[in-house]
Amino acid sequence: MAESFVGKVADFNEGDRRIVFVGDHEIGVFREGGEFHAYSNYCLHQGGPACEGLTIAKVEERIMPDKTSRGLYFSETEMHFVCPWHGYEYDVKTGECVSDRKLKLRKYKIVQKGDQIYVVV
Amino acid sequence: MELIAERGRRVSVDELNTTKLLAHARQQAVKRKLDDILIVDCDAHHYENENFDQILPFMENDVLRQVTMAGRRSGRRSIVPSQAGFTQDMGGRVTRYPLRPTEKTDPDRIRDVVLGERWMDAMSVDYSCLFPTGMLNIGLHPQKEMENDLCWAYNRWLTERVLPESGGRMYSALSLPFSDPAECLRQVETFGDRKGVSGFMVTTVRTLPVYDNAYMKVYRAMEERGLSLSFHSGPNWQEPVFRSCNRFISVHALGFSFYNILHCTNWVINGMGERFRKLPVIWIEAGLAWIPFLMQRLDNEYMMRPSEAPLLKKKPSEYMRDMYYSSQPIEIQDRGALECTFRMMDAENRLLYASDYPHWDFDLPSTIYDLPFLSEKAKHNILGGTAARLFKLPPRNEKQRQNLAKFGNLAA
Repeated sequence: MAESFVGKVADFNEGDRRIVFVGDHEIGVFREGGEFHAYSNYCLHQGGPACEGLTIAKVEERIMPDKTSRGLYFSETEMHFVCPWHGYEYDVKTGECVSDRKLKLRKYKIVQKGDQIYVVV
Repeated sequence: MELIAERGRRVSVDELNTTKLLAHARQQAVKRKLDDILIVDCDAHHYENENFDQILPFMENDVLRQVTMAGRRSGRRSIVPSQAGFTQDMGGRVTRYPLRPTEKTDPDRIRDVVLGERWMDAMSVDYSCLFPTGMLNIGLHPQKEMENDLCWAYNRWLTERVLPESGGRMYSALSLPFSDPAECLRQVETFGDRKGVSGFMVTTVRTLPVYDNAYMKVYRAMEERGLSLSFHSGPNWQEPVFRSCNRFISVHALGFSFYNILHCTNWVINGMGERFRKLPVIWIEAGLAWIPFLMQRLDNEYMMRPSEAPLLKKKPSEYMRDMYYSSQPIEIQDRGALECTFRMMDAENRLLYASDYPHWDFDLPSTIYDLPFLSEKAKHNILGGTAARLFKLPPRNEKQRQNLAKFGNLAA
């Protein structure tokens, strides 16, 4: 297992994302909620660049106790990243495919040493 | 500023100033001393669409606001309010939609050809059948003359500029102005022999009866010329039965298949497969899951009601198996159901790979190539061999020639 340098913590604003290439691995590194998450950049659908598209909060629907709908809203707690090819959405905290949580992108470990971020491949 | 008059003639007029334009109205008002009378205009207008940048941020719902504003990014400025949110790209999630105008191409070449070459080369696609996007709904235009003329203009542009620029890598099934059978015939006779024309296409987002006697001369003209007839589907949120759908996924999932189901049913039940045995018919962009449904449904009912389909000499499903189907969007979630579908439709000989690029639900060739239940022959046929035979497309390298010959698809 080798550690590959990604960048400095200060280079990542909240919500930023960077793609790193380590051998045959393409890895998307996200900074979200103060944490770093790293996933394979190959979408589980047809292999698109899963980490290179829009990041956007989960869409939820407000259902009242009487089961009526009060419309759609963006989650305050769950952020997704979306594969730009077809719109497959992934949970940035877990790499799970939101439409079928049994599907998960390969997750890579992130190591922080001082002010530097490394991904373990 | 120049305005366009007849036959392209330009007429120079002053730039607009409302006060100047209405100078004579002011003269009338003065002459009649109208300033002395209280006048109330109970119906005047502004063009609020020119102010959507200011209006849309006031939308209350965060999700609807995002989808609507994202749908207006670069180059897609106009919104018809009744179509707000109707963005196939899901508010920019499919990024190539809002980013499209930013892609640079050589200004000396036709942009659509350059863009086409880029995605074709990326996917290892050798030939592509080009279809329009917005023009797919031309059949909904209330003026027959407009449908005729727009199809004519588009077909001329395609055959005289685009297809030649593509150097043979692009071909097309030209748009038929289906509301006017006589005009359809004229366009088949005019364009049918042009290079790169594989046939003609009818968008199925309409309810005209494909079996009407008025169309027989059109189908005959196509069959005589060795051309194919394609039925290309589309979505239509204005279709009365779909007005109850409140999400685009519903309109898309149902609509695309529904329109092809409708016209395929009419085509089969009215014995068109018997009347035009040599006319290749292709059903496009409805996915594949509708095929087993329709085969089962029509066979079951035909067995009980043969008097209503007197031209049929075999079951409806057998006529369906005489026709061709494009693969996209292939429903891959249930591998067993897909394998059954392939068997029922004789996919090895009837299925034609399609990407539908750049639309949001495109399919790579790997969606066919990676199917574990397909033989090598089936893969080669579906990916291009069957199309090569149908449209007389030559191989582009020696390895392709060998593969086409190996599987009996070398036709040019």
